[in-house]
Amino acid sequence: MSEVVVAHHDDHHDHGPDKGLARWLFTTNHKDIGTLYLWFSFTMFLIGGVMALIIRTELFQPGLQFIDPAFFNQMTTNHGLIMVFGAIMPAFVGLANWLVPMMVGAPDMALPRMNNLSFWILPFAFAMLISTLFMEGGGPNFGWTFYAPLSTTYAPDTVTYFIFGVHLMGASSIMGSINIIATILNMRAPGMTLMKMPLFVWTWLITAYLLLAVMPVLAGAVTMMLFDIHFGTSFFNAAGGGDPVMFQHIFWFFGHPEVYIMILPAFGIVSQIIPTFARKPLFGYDSMVYATASIAFLSFIVWAHHMFTVGMPLAGQLFFMYSTMLIAVPTGVKVFNWTATMWRGSMTFETPMLFAIAFVILFTIGGFSGLMLAITPVDYQYHDTYFVVAHFHYVLVPGALFSIIAAVYYWLPKWCGRMYDESLGKLHFWLSFIGVNVTFFPQHFSGLAGMPRRIPDYALQFADFNMVSSIGAFIFGFSQVFFLYVLIKTIRSGEPATDRVWEGAHGLEWTLPSPAPYHSFTTPPNVTDAEAHS
Amino acid sequence: MANSTDQSAYYIPHNSWYPFLIAAGALCMLAGLGNWLNDLKAGDEPSHLLFYIGSATLAVVLFFWFAKVIEENHAGLTNAQLKRSYVWGMGWFIFSEVMFFAAFFGALFYARALVLPWLGGEGAKGLTGEYLWPEFKPEWPVMTNPNPDVFQGPGESMAAPGLGSWGGYLPFWNTVVLLSSSVTVHFAHTAIKNQHRGKLLGWLGLTVLLGVAFLILQAEEYIHAYNELGLTLSSGIYGSTFFLLTGFHGFHVTLGTFILLIQLLRAFKGDFRPDDCFGFESASWYWHFVDVVWVCLFIFVYVM
Ligand code: HEM
Ligand SMILES: [Cu+2]
Repeated sequence: MSEVVVAHHDDHHDHGPDKGLARWLFTTNHKDIGTLYLWFSFTMFLIGGVMALIIRTELFQPGLQFIDPAFFNQMTTNHGLIMVFGAIMPAFVGLANWLVPMMVGAPDMALPRMNNLSFWILPFAFAMLISTLFMEGGGPNFGWTFYAPLSTTYAPDTVTYFIFGVHLMGASSIMGSINIIATILNMRAPGMTLMKMPLFVWTWLITAYLLLAVMPVLAGAVTMMLFDIHFGTSFFNAAGGGDPVMFQHIFWFFGHPEVYIMILPAFGIVSQIIPTFARKPLFGYDSMVYATASIAFLSFIVWAHHMFTVGMPLAGQLFFMYSTMLIAVPTGVKVFNWTATMWRGSMTFETPMLFAIAFVILFTIGGFSGLMLAITPVDYQYHDTYFVVAHFHYVLVPGALFSIIAAVYYWLPKWCGRMYDESLGKLHFWLSFIGVNVTFFPQHFSGLAGMPRRIPDYALQFADFNMVSSIGAFIFGFSQVFFLYVLIKTIRSGEPATDRVWEGAHGLEWTLPSPAPYHSFTTPPNVTDAEAHS
Repeated sequence: MANSTDQSAYYIPHNSWYPFLIAAGALCMLAGLGNWLNDLKAGDEPSHLLFYIGSATLAVVLFFWFAKVIEENHAGLTNAQLKRSYVWGMGWFIFSEVMFFAAFFGALFYARALVLPWLGGEGAKGLTGEYLWPEFKPEWPVMTNPNPDVFQGPGESMAAPGLGSWGGYLPFWNTVVLLSSSVTVHFAHTAIKNQHRGKLLGWLGLTVLLGVAFLILQAEEYIHAYNELGLTLSSGIYGSTFFLLTGFHGFHVTLGTFILLIQLLRAFKGDFRPDDCFGFESASWYWHFVDVVWVCLFIFVYVM
């Protein structure tokens, strides 16, 4: 309790970080916590990646070669869960931690201790989740969407730990969102009005609301599962008047907004990077904000497009088909704006820009396959095939993940004060770009030809596409290990970076020295027009 | 908002060991609960130890954490802007709780409006019922489940009787109790504003008593349901929704009563000032929220 007094009377004394492990365990500093989130996310990314490669190894050839189907199911399930909840989401929260206070001119996050709590819940939750793989009966094997009754009546015993793991992750996300909302709404420097905020801040504000609205619903869903499994209720059991399909409705009421939780911050990142390297202000800032808000709103009324084949009244099918297609409109606005920003810009193609441009193109491909899936009668054929797998990997890997990689290259010099090696960065980009397309593009074809997803074996006519896909997956996987090498090399021995880092960069974070000081803005900065929304 | 002048003094704790311990405690608690439930299911002697260690850690560390925040406030570290952060935090936390209940209400509405008619053979998916359980007649409350061999229906339900006999209807009195407690907590707030210590203690104490009374009545109701009505968690969808909704609400009332009790102890110590009583205010917002949920429960679970 003594540091209360110290901190109070000693305003000039700038606390540096603590020494040793204590710094990381007990830190309340947004940059430390951001770093923790990012390294945690990268670790999870590698673990989930290994699972993906196990899957692709088994699928390299038809027939069962390496693993038995029960383990295959555990791999697909845990790959999905780890990538969604352990890699993509924490990476975005890590970026928010690092960037939001710097971008709005705040000294730190609004609730620093809770910030630490939101992070430290995650390693514990994932330790519990991953440990189930080594328990009797195996880990979760019912798909990352954990449909009942697979996840209730027929689930392995470890489902109980899975359920509590999801509760923990939900608590972490809810606290993280509250923190981000409070920071953005309450901690902006004078003059940083809402419509001057960088788009990354805007997209995260809206994402935080999405999280607050749907994570509790997910918690409710797993709670009902828990009761069905252990206390004899019949929410998802028709024999007692419940309905397994009800599970799907509740899950996707969470699940569809969730996919936008994984893409809105990506939109924000790309909207920061493209103007910098096109050396032009973002085209249509206001429309970007409104488009993000409309996407967020619409994401609540489209969920049943995941359930067209389950059986639904005609009116429901029509409603969800049209509402889904409607989302393409604000999404199109965004793609248009990014393109228009680049139009006649003086463009250069540093690594972050390459990833950002690839994002625009490849995410759009994913959006188009999404539109195909949105057409109910067409989805009857595509549902649960590799076409869906191709769709969501296009929006998530060259979409969400590329934006995260772009962000790391773009802001890393600000974080650690050192510049990455541009040719290594470009090499990483091209390897990833080729790898991702070789992996996922053929899956469109095998899917259209009818190859079902989540099956360890397949008919002979799919052999070529699968072999190509597996080769691509290994290229992609190893290029991310290469990314790790690039990162470590930068942090240890990169050239010193300038404060502005990029010639065309605007925003408060670039007014700070590189590396950014331990406490960002102890006194609120002056928000000039030049640094306002870039 | 952004125009605050005292921004430079925003208090940022340098470091803290509470959050890490809370995270570790939460893991132990839930992993322990998981062990416990799985042991029960397997018919083994349940092991509770981890659960108790985790829960105790949570309780102790939370105590220190809150004490620290109060102490910081007394030391003058909590400026107006930080207080706003707390207000935002509590407000959006309550919103997330609303969404948690929304999931259960959603399940209730979905089951009543869609599932039961379908199981009874009506509507778009009526074939389900026709093929599976043609004898099943949809009604609410569901007294006979689609497959009574697996899920035996309740003997009697908790549904409200006609208005005339509400005098002997326990949930009605629970509504009265909880609604009046929302009023008394409001009076307690007014007493803080008017710096009237006696009234504050009186009204707040009464609120806590009403909370306890509610919980006793609800326990009574549950005992009645289990012992006399044959209404249990496993009585099918009616029992499932009934107990999950009222149970989680009751859990929130328990938490809320406990929080208010802490505020009462703080009021005894004279912790609250008219312009500085965030702890009390957030407790009372939580209480109002719990109250609103109950009103929805009373309407949709008991009456309709
Ligand atoms: C124009 C925008 C989009 C449209 C119209 C769209 C449409 C759809 C549809 C109709 C499905 C269901 C396919 C089926 O199961 O038969 C689907 C699946 C999916 N989408 Fe999208 N989508 C869009 C954007 C996105 C974005 C931005 C993401 C994530 C960042 C995403 C992630 C997913 C995922 C993860 C699934 C599969 C879930 C599963 O079954 O495992 N989608 N999408
Ligand atoms: Cu969707």
